[in-house]
Amino acid sequence: MTQLTPVLTENWDRPDAFTLSGYGDYSAARTALGTDPDRLIQTVKDSGLRGRGGAGFPTGLKWGFIPQGDGKAHYLVVNADESEPGTCKDIPLMMANPHVLIEGVLITAYAIRANHAFIYVRGEVLHVIRRLQAAVREAYEAGYLGSNIFGTGFDLELVVHSGAGAYICGEETALLDSLEGYRGQPRLKPPFPAVAGLYACPTVINNVESIASVPSIVANGAGWFAGMGTEKSKGFGIFSLSGHVTNPGQFEAPLGITLRELLDMAGGMRGGKRLKFWTPGGSSTPIFTEEHLDVPLDFESVGAAGSMLGTRALQIFDETTCVLRAVLRWTEFYAHESCGKCTPCREGTYWLKQILRRLEKGQGTEEDISTITDLADNILGRSFCALGDGAASPIHSSVKYFRDEYLKHFELGHCPFDPAASTLWGAGK
Amino acid sequence: MTPESRESAVRVLYERLESDAKEIISRYPKPRSALLPLLHLVQSEEGYVSDAGQQFCAEMLGITKAQVVAVSTFYTMYKRAPAGEYHVGVCINTLCAVMGGDQIWEELTEHTGVGHEGTTPDGKVSLERLECNAACDFAPVMMVNWEFFDNMTPESSKQLVDDLRAGKEVVPPRGPDKLCTFKQASRVLAGFPDGLAGEGPTAAGPSLEGLKLAREHGWTAPSPDREGEFES
Ligand SMILES: Cc1cc2nc3c(=O)[nH]c(=O)nc-3n(C[C@H](O)[C@H](O)[C@H](O)COP(=O)(O)O)c2cc1C
Ligand code: SF4
Repeated sequence: MTQLTPVLTENWDRPDAFTLSGYGDYSAARTALGTDPDRLIQTVKDSGLRGRGGAGFPTGLKWGFIPQGDGKAHYLVVNADESEPGTCKDIPLMMANPHVLIEGVLITAYAIRANHAFIYVRGEVLHVIRRLQAAVREAYEAGYLGSNIFGTGFDLELVVHSGAGAYICGEETALLDSLEGYRGQPRLKPPFPAVAGLYACPTVINNVESIASVPSIVANGAGWFAGMGTEKSKGFGIFSLSGHVTNPGQFEAPLGITLRELLDMAGGMRGGKRLKFWTPGGSSTPIFTEEHLDVPLDFESVGAAGSMLGTRALQIFDETTCVLRAVLRWTEFYAHESCGKCTPCREGTYWLKQILRRLEKGQGTEEDISTITDLADNILGRSFCALGDGAASPIHSSVKYFRDEYLKHFELGHCPFDPAASTLWGAGK
Repeated sequence: MTPESRESAVRVLYERLESDAKEIISRYPKPRSALLPLLHLVQSEEGYVSDAGQQFCAEMLGITKAQVVAVSTFYTMYKRAPAGEYHVGVCINTLCAVMGGDQIWEELTEHTGVGHEGTTPDGKVSLERLECNAACDFAPVMMVNWEFFDNMTPESSKQLVDDLRAGKEVVPPRGPDKLCTFKQASRVLAGFPDGLAGEGPTAAGPSLEGLKLAREHGWTAPSPDREGEFES
């Protein structure tokens, strides 16, 4: 059986973990700053670390795209916008262990030769922002940020920048526009941020957990990291279980663990109820069912089974939950968060929402089911950014696995489920 | 608002906020990057993004007010009308909604007589339907001035709002020892720490579930497989 591998979460039960004295002395960064930057990039490549923000792009490869000796300023931007429904790992990580992120920022900035870094954190998490601000201040005071760090001549400024409420700002190019003081709308790629990112300068954007994994790779070696996980999905990651499980929470494990194993660790389904559907990596990843309990949660296996590993946001719904209600609510979310830049997403999510409302009330028709899948087909792959693609995921996957439940709604003329049974205090418990 | 009264409101903001605004602008390689924190700063003074406040941001950055408004209207945290002293959010995204957020929202709006983005007549509490706030393992989740309130029920949510309106002390479970006001919170978001980071737990409840299990079973990450890769 797979065992948990706490690394990033290892100190979360210490009352002072979020302070510098509770965290440590940045020894990995000290080592890194005494090393050739290119060798650090190679080490991260060798470790097999892939982006933890959803897409799984190889982190070392991304760093390697930054042109060197180009005479331009380079920037590092940490994506701490964490707003994908179900995703709840970066927020507790920054609350409990902000220094591991800052140490990762220092190593990464040095590797890509950036002297200015930003943590773009969603604004709706006040205490997390306090912890980040305090940790950055401590790091400056200890000489781990600022000028001539560890006496190496390397300088780094780090700014904690609070967003203001917009899911789309998690999309990396929308984030850059937002950080430049504009509406957060995605940019056309190419050019990629590695070439023309913040202020049109070479920029690396990485997820919080990606950057926070770097100090342990430097400290313990690429082989150590690559020794965990599966062949192409190496290392550990935080898996977030929420919903109808006995003990929801954060479980740091090697990639490739299964939901069956995780559910077992979380005390099983609450009240012994049956698992109905779940997301492997947030609402933008097609839903899975009971038949996927043994799919290894790594990038390849989840992809082969028809979904995406995404952010390992395992939202678990039991048999008391109406799948149409879940899909409607996610669709309302995408319609609300669509930035409006492109037509398929802006208009498509609006119409999906209208039709799903009627379907959920039992006032739809069989034709409506084709209409929503047609609409989703017209959004998927035709939108300007991946938000639109994400909006199609719940539609396609729910119709695929739960067509009968759609039919049942308008056969009965109402929703067959009692929402009270699904609640925290409900009869389903 | 007449042009004269707006002009004088802008002057007041200069008196109160100009040096803070300059400090914010100095953090960034390019001034315009300061716009989001500047709007948070305006909310820390006005309780919303007032007309004068947006004019102030425009002048500080040398852009037009229309450019500022185009930005402020894009982001949900910037309020078009004064928020309550305590801005209360209920997560109604799928997972929280299913776990009870929908029922909480229904009962809370009935209890307060206030809807989405509405404020109680005493100005104490405003309500908002929130999208996912990244605390799904604590569902159903509510936020007050962007502090977490975990595993809420209809009863505990009504009690919370009643306590806030009655001026009773309310302690967020994973935040500082005392709630601050919406304006005070906005100042932290603008990048001016309030010194409360040390209060509250490192982590709590579900955040520790996996670690607890690992400790019980003696599970750890493997020990390093080699030494001194980087030592020359
Ligand atoms: C709509 C949308 C929202 C996103 N939100 C986030 C987010 O909150 N955090 C994040 O790290 N990545 C998010 N991403 C992915 C980023 O665009 C980007 O791939 C990621 O930050 C890269 O970092 P990584 O390689 O370390 O994963 C989002 C993407 C989209 C399309
Ligand atoms: S897909 Fe949606 S969010 Fe992305 S650019 Fe188009 S309208 Fe904006």
